[in-house]
Amino acid sequence: MNEMNEVRKPPVATTGIIGWLRINLFFNWTNSLITLFVIYCLYQFIPWILDWTIFSADFKYNYLGEQITNQEMCSRNLDPENGGACWAVIYVRFYQFIYGFYPKVEVWRVNIAYFMLALALLPLLYSKLPYRKYFLYFTYIFPVIAYFLLNGGLGFTEVSTNKWGGLLVTLVLGCTGIALAFPIGIMLALGRRSKLPVISMMCTLFIEFIRGVPLITLLFFGMVMLPLFLPEGIDMDGLVRVLVAVTLFQSAYMAEVIRGGLQAIPPGQYEAAKSLGMSYWRMNLLIILPQAIRISIPPIVNTSIGLFKDTTLVIIVGILDLLGIGRGTLADTNWLGLSYEIYFFVSLVFFIFTFGMSRYSLYLEKKLKTGINMGAD
Amino acid sequence: MHKSIIWINLYIWYREAIFEKRYLNNYLNGENNMKKLLSIFAVLAFAFSANAGTLDDVKNRGFLKCGVTTGLAGFAAPDDNGEWAGLDADMCRAVAVAVFGDRSKVEFITTTGKSRFPTLASGEVDMLARNTTWTISRDVNLGFEFVGVNFYDGQGFMVPSALGVSSATELDGATVCIQTGTTTELNLADFFRLNGISYEALPIETNDEGKENLFAGRCDVYTTDASGLSSTRAAASNPDKWKVLPEIISKEPLGPLVRHGDHQWGDVVRWSLNAMIIAEELGVTSENVDAQMSSNVPEVLRLLGVEGNYGEMLELSNDWAYQIIKQIGNYSESYEANVGPDTPLEIARGLNALWTQGGILYAPPFR
Repeated sequence: MNEMNEVRKPPVATTGIIGWLRINLFFNWTNSLITLFVIYCLYQFIPWILDWTIFSADFKYNYLGEQITNQEMCSRNLDPENGGACWAVIYVRFYQFIYGFYPKVEVWRVNIAYFMLALALLPLLYSKLPYRKYFLYFTYIFPVIAYFLLNGGLGFTEVSTNKWGGLLVTLVLGCTGIALAFPIGIMLALGRRSKLPVISMMCTLFIEFIRGVPLITLLFFGMVMLPLFLPEGIDMDGLVRVLVAVTLFQSAYMAEVIRGGLQAIPPGQYEAAKSLGMSYWRMNLLIILPQAIRISIPPIVNTSIGLFKDTTLVIIVGILDLLGIGRGTLADTNWLGLSYEIYFFVSLVFFIFTFGMSRYSLYLEKKLKTGINMGAD
Repeated sequence: MHKSIIWINLYIWYREAIFEKRYLNNYLNGENNMKKLLSIFAVLAFAFSANAGTLDDVKNRGFLKCGVTTGLAGFAAPDDNGEWAGLDADMCRAVAVAVFGDRSKVEFITTTGKSRFPTLASGEVDMLARNTTWTISRDVNLGFEFVGVNFYDGQGFMVPSALGVSSATELDGATVCIQTGTTTELNLADFFRLNGISYEALPIETNDEGKENLFAGRCDVYTTDASGLSSTRAAASNPDKWKVLPEIISKEPLGPLVRHGDHQWGDVVRWSLNAMIIAEELGVTSENVDAQMSSNVPEVLRLLGVEGNYGEMLELSNDWAYQIIKQIGNYSESYEANVGPDTPLEIARGLNALWTQGGILYAPPFR
C-alpha cells in the first residue's frame, strides 16, 4: 500500500533544465541541427561584437590615453589592429543627440519636460499606482505644461522650434502623433461605420486618401502646401506643420485598426446595449469601444511603433531628429567616417523605445485578458 | 486676387497630378516636380514681397534666416557645440554681419535637396547657401536669382584603386551609386550616352549612403561633386584604396541665391560674397584688417568704408565690409578653414583660386 501512495517523480528527461532543453531545443534531429547551427553562429558573432562595442572600444580616451576630439584620434584610425568602436563621438555629441541645438542655459526646461513625460506616462502604464487619479489629472494637463516649457511663454524665454533637435524632436513627434491620433482615429472609425451616409463617406474618403499616399508626400504637403490654406499673415511653425501631417497620417491608420476591433464585436453586444435604452454615445463609450480597443491593442501598438520609427522621415523636410543629428555629425569634418558608431547608437535608442512599447503592450494584453471575460476570447 | 490665382493653380496642378499619375514621377525626379508648385509660390512670394523689401524684413526681425544643408562636410554642418560651420555657413554669417554687424544674428534653417526651393520661394528663408548649382532653369524658370559663386565644383568619379580603371570612359557596364533628384543624375546619363557606354544606377539618398555602398562593393563607382568625393575619400579607413578619376564631367558652380524681384536684397548678398573675394585680392585678412584701415591703397579704403559711402548705397552701415572681414575673414581664410588642404577634406584651391593665381575666382571692382 505504501508503495502505491508514494509519489513517483516524472522521468528525468521531461523536467528541469534537461527536459526543457530536450523539448525546446533538441526535440528531433532537424531541431537539434538548427540549435547547433545557431549556437555556432552566436559563438562566432558574440565575442566579436562584444569586443568591438565594449572591450576594444574607445569611450572618451584612445589607447594612448588622450581625450578624443576628432576621428583621427580614434584608436582604430591610429592603429587598425588596436581599436573597436569609437564612442567618443557619441560622448562629445551627446548633448546634440538628446536636445538638438537647444540653448544650454535653457536646457533644464527640456530636462524637466522629459521628467514630467515619465511622470505623465506613469498612471497610464501602471494602473495600481497609488493616487492614480491625481496623476491622471497631471497627465491631461501635461501637454499644455510641456508646450510652455519647451516653446516658451508664461515668463520663459522663447526657444524657436528651429533649435529643437535630436531625441527631443523624435519624442515630440512620436508622442504627439500617437496621443492625438488615438482619439481622432476612434472618431474616424466610428464615423466610417456610421449609418449617416455623409459622415461615413467623409470619413472613408479621408482615411482612404491619407492611406493612399506615402508619409513623405504628407510631410511635403504639410511643409509646402499647408501655409497656402491658412489666411494670409499667419506664419505656421515648421514643426507644427510636420506634426499636423504626422497626426493625419497616424489617425487614418489608427482608424482602420480600431475599425477592425469594432468589427470583431458580436452584434449581440450592440443589441444588448440598445435594449437597455443606451444612446449611441453611451453604447460606444461603455460597451463597444472598451472591448474593441482591447482586441486592437497589438495592432495599435504596432502602428504606434511604426509611426515612432517613421518620424525619422522628417529629415526630408529639413528637421533634424535623432537620425538627422547623427547624419549632421557625420558631415562634420572632425567626425567623418564614424557612421557605424552613430547608426548603432541611433538604432539602440530607437530599439529601447520601441521595445519598451511592445513589452508594455504584452503587459496590457495579459492584464486585460484577466479583467472582463467575453465571448470573443 | 492673389488668392484666387493660387487656388486656380492648385486646382490645375492637382488635376494633372491625379490624371497623369504624375505624383510618382515627381517624387522620383525631385526637381521637375517642384516647378508647378513653385509657380504657385512665385505668385505668393510676389504678393508678399510687394509689401516690404527682404532687407527691411530682416532688419525688423532682428536676425537672418539662412537655408543650409542638413549636413555636408566642409560646407555646412553643426560642430561639437551645435554651431553651424562650413563655407556655406560662413556665407550666411557674412550676410548677417553685413546687415547687423554681428555674426550670431543668423538662424540656420536646414533644407534638403527636395525642400530647398519651396522653402526659399515661400519666404521661409531669406537666402539659400546650400551648395546649389547655378543653372539656367533654376535661375530663370524657378524664379530665383543666383548672386555669385562661392565654390566652383564639378562632378567626378571615385572607384576602388583595385578596379584598375584610369579613365571614366572605361566604365562600361559599371554599377554607379548616384544621388537622386540632383543635377549629377542628369550629367551622368549625358556622359555615358555621349561616350556610348552603359551603366546600371544604384539610387541613393545621401552622401553617406553612397560611401557605405561604395565601400561595401555594392557599386563600382560613386559619382558626385568632387568636393563630396573628397569628403568620402577622407572618411575611408584607408584613403589610398580609393581613386578619384581625372574626368570632371560637369560645371557645378555653387553659390548663394535669393528670390527674384528683390534686387536690393540680392545686392546685399552678392556684395557680401564679393567683399570677401576682393579682400583676398587686396590681401586684407581678419588679422590685419585694423592696420589696413590706414592703408594707402584707395580700393582698400573704399572696401573698409574709410572712403566713399558704399554702405549707404546698400542701406547698410558704412563699415559692413570691414565687419565681414573682421568677424568672418576673407574668402581664402574661410576656404582654408573649412575645405582647404589643411582640413581632412584636402581640397586644393584649383578653380577656386583667384584669377591672378590660376583660378577663376573673380569679383567686380569695388568702386
